Amino acid sequence: MSSTVDTIRDLAAQDYKWGFVTEIDEDRVPKGLSEDIVRLISARKGEPAFMLEWRLNALRHWFQMEREQGEPRWANLKFNPIDYQNIVYYSAPKQKPSLDSLNQVDPELLKTYAKLGIPIDEQKRLSNVAVDAVFDSVSVATTFKDKLAEMGVIFCSFSEAVKNHPDLIKKYLGTVVPHTDNFYAALNAAVFTDGSFVYVPKGVRCPMELSTYFRINAAETGQFERTLIIADEGASVSYLEGCTAPIRDTNQLHAAVVELIALDNAQIKYSTVQNWYPGDKEGRGGIYNFVTKRGKCAGRNSKISWTQVETGSAITWKYPSCILQGDNSVGEFYSVALTNNRQQADTGTKMIHIGKNTRSTIVAKGISAGYGQNTYRGQVKIMKGATGARNYTQCDSLLIGDKCGAHTFPYIEVRNATARMEHEASTSKIGEDQLFYLRQRGIKTEDAVSMIVNGFCKTVFKELPMEFAVEAQKLLGVSLEGSVG
Amino acid sequence: MRKGTTLVVPQRVKKKHRGFSPCEDFPNARTEREQPMALLEIQDLHASVDGHEILKGVNLTVNAGEVHSIMGPNGSGKSTLAAVLARRNAYEVTSGRILFNGKDLLEMEPEEAACEGVFLAFQYPVEIPGIGNAYFLRSAMNAIRKYHGQDELDAMDFLPLYKERMKLLEMDEKFMSRSVNEGFSGGEKKRNEILQLSMLEPKLAILDETDSGLDIDALRIVAQGVNAMRSPDRAFLVITHYQRLLDYIATDFVHVLVDGKIVRSGGPELALELEEKGYSSSEPAEQQALPA
Repeated sequence: MSSTVDTIRDLAAQDYKWGFVTEIDEDRVPKGLSEDIVRLISARKGEPAFMLEWRLNALRHWFQMEREQGEPRWANLKFNPIDYQNIVYYSAPKQKPSLDSLNQVDPELLKTYAKLGIPIDEQKRLSNVAVDAVFDSVSVATTFKDKLAEMGVIFCSFSEAVKNHPDLIKKYLGTVVPHTDNFYAALNAAVFTDGSFVYVPKGVRCPMELSTYFRINAAETGQFERTLIIADEGASVSYLEGCTAPIRDTNQLHAAVVELIALDNAQIKYSTVQNWYPGDKEGRGGIYNFVTKRGKCAGRNSKISWTQVETGSAITWKYPSCILQGDNSVGEFYSVALTNNRQQADTGTKMIHIGKNTRSTIVAKGISAGYGQNTYRGQVKIMKGATGARNYTQCDSLLIGDKCGAHTFPYIEVRNATARMEHEASTSKIGEDQLFYLRQRGIKTEDAVSMIVNGFCKTVFKELPMEFAVEAQKLLGVSLEGSVG
Repeated sequence: MRKGTTLVVPQRVKKKHRGFSPCEDFPNARTEREQPMALLEIQDLHASVDGHEILKGVNLTVNAGEVHSIMGPNGSGKSTLAAVLARRNAYEVTSGRILFNGKDLLEMEPEEAACEGVFLAFQYPVEIPGIGNAYFLRSAMNAIRKYHGQDELDAMDFLPLYKERMKLLEMDEKFMSRSVNEGFSGGEKKRNEILQLSMLEPKLAILDETDSGLDIDALRIVAQGVNAMRSPDRAFLVITHYQRLLDYIATDFVHVLVDGKIVRSGGPELALELEEKGYSSSEPAEQQALPA
């Protein structure tokens, strides 16, 4: 028995293959956080006055929060206080000022993305995916922009959106996640450097998957990106997000904000495969992933669906949520979170039912291996007016070995008696008998573990777009098998 | 060295040979050098679980083409023997050796033993949620094929074979897409084991109390599946508590395992005798009654 546990533990000792560093000239601001730094960032980006004002407001609020409360500590996470003055808040690859075509992108950068397997080379139209690549703090390339523009779809870096579509930014920025929402949302609002912007006009079904690839490269920098996606009436869009970072022995902060807005009859599907550097076996280094993601189903019959596969980061603090404001709107959350070695994850969702006949589904799968600690934290809130609201929640935990932990904190608040709530939860261990059964049929231990884990995650993986599902399966495999090429 | 009884089986059992006179032709003669290599040779096997010795010197030789049945009361070590042969980690072999096809079986990991041709039909088949039955079986077949340097089977090659074998076992095609053993009834699980057996085509098939929990129809179907698998290249080790299964599966040899040792060996008539008189007549105290 114990030798099986040992085997699993060995297998769980994965290597991180995205841990390389790209040698590239950086343009960075000095360490630390102050009004001057924020002004400097805003100036570097050539932002209009309203943006600077918005940032400074957020910064003042953040300073106040830091003085009065400090970092939020309610999550089931252990980490040393972060020195916010010891972080570089803006780092950009040095390059020619304008990026009209990929030919002007630094070849080192293109090589980096090639290594990561990201098709930003528009010549290779292998996959029907439009990509926006964010390297450290700035967006370096967005592909298929012209093709999308023909249909009226705007897909560009946040910086470009601020310059070219200031009305949309003014109308929607901060409407779902205001800077007052939480500590990291305030920090992000003050210093965010780039991100992606998507607008899908009325009645348009976005013809291809949109994708952003985030890469932290520089040392001692934080990455603070901001994504804003708006699906206008009757529009639909599927958006994918991937992330990796080099191996560094210090922790790096990633505090992103994602806002989604779905108007009447609109649909947004947001899928994430998060694979930030998780730190080494002893828990040195790794990304602190403190992210606020929220979608607002503002219109009737709208739908927002979050799917996440979280395998990376030393610490994950993330609750992609839905505000179901429009009548008959639908919110979904499908999640697989894996914690291995010393990784910690406190993740889940919030479903706020405001409109009538609103429905939400939560399927959360937590996998803990090594010394990993995995917490599901979810809130389902049925407001007074949400007549006929329904929620189905399923949380399953899978434990590999006997040093890890799984925790579940569901919060349910119902203020309308017509609501229907279902909650199912289970905890299981990868059994020695399951493993033996597969091995007795000739299947190697690592393949057997991977099969069992993938079986466990199946209901979530089938929500991912095809190519992403394959990617996610491979990633889980690598994270557990140690079979790194 | 000889603690339990040593059974030496004849070189080759004639194809339709049913009656077997125990040991008298070859009284304890170790004639292995003159014989073709046995498929399985267990020598003085001792094994324990959590420090308790369960097997206390088992000797058994099985040639290709033979069907051997191991019978014995509860707790005599039948399932432990099966688990050791399948190389389950929890069972510690303290002494003795096992040769499979001339190779040291005790050096093998479970998956290696499986790839070498050892198949265990589980007494309690395990449920594995989220893995389709067909996918699982194809993965297993391909793992074994890969081990032998053969090309992997794709779904197009696999499916016709799979469907044909399911028909043989009177299994509904709905089992194809269902997760491995999940929500299967006891009888369906056992049939699924025999389905896997028929697809993986092992050299040695160990049936660990496959008959337990089966109604008579299921028993007939399972036995039919096993009988269809009999071949001169394949041996069976049928572990059972009751004689019942042997009404359907013709066995060449019957061995009685009591308290970790084989105390009697004989032909199929021994099973009938046990059914009448029970195992008490085979208690170790009466060992001296055995042919020397």
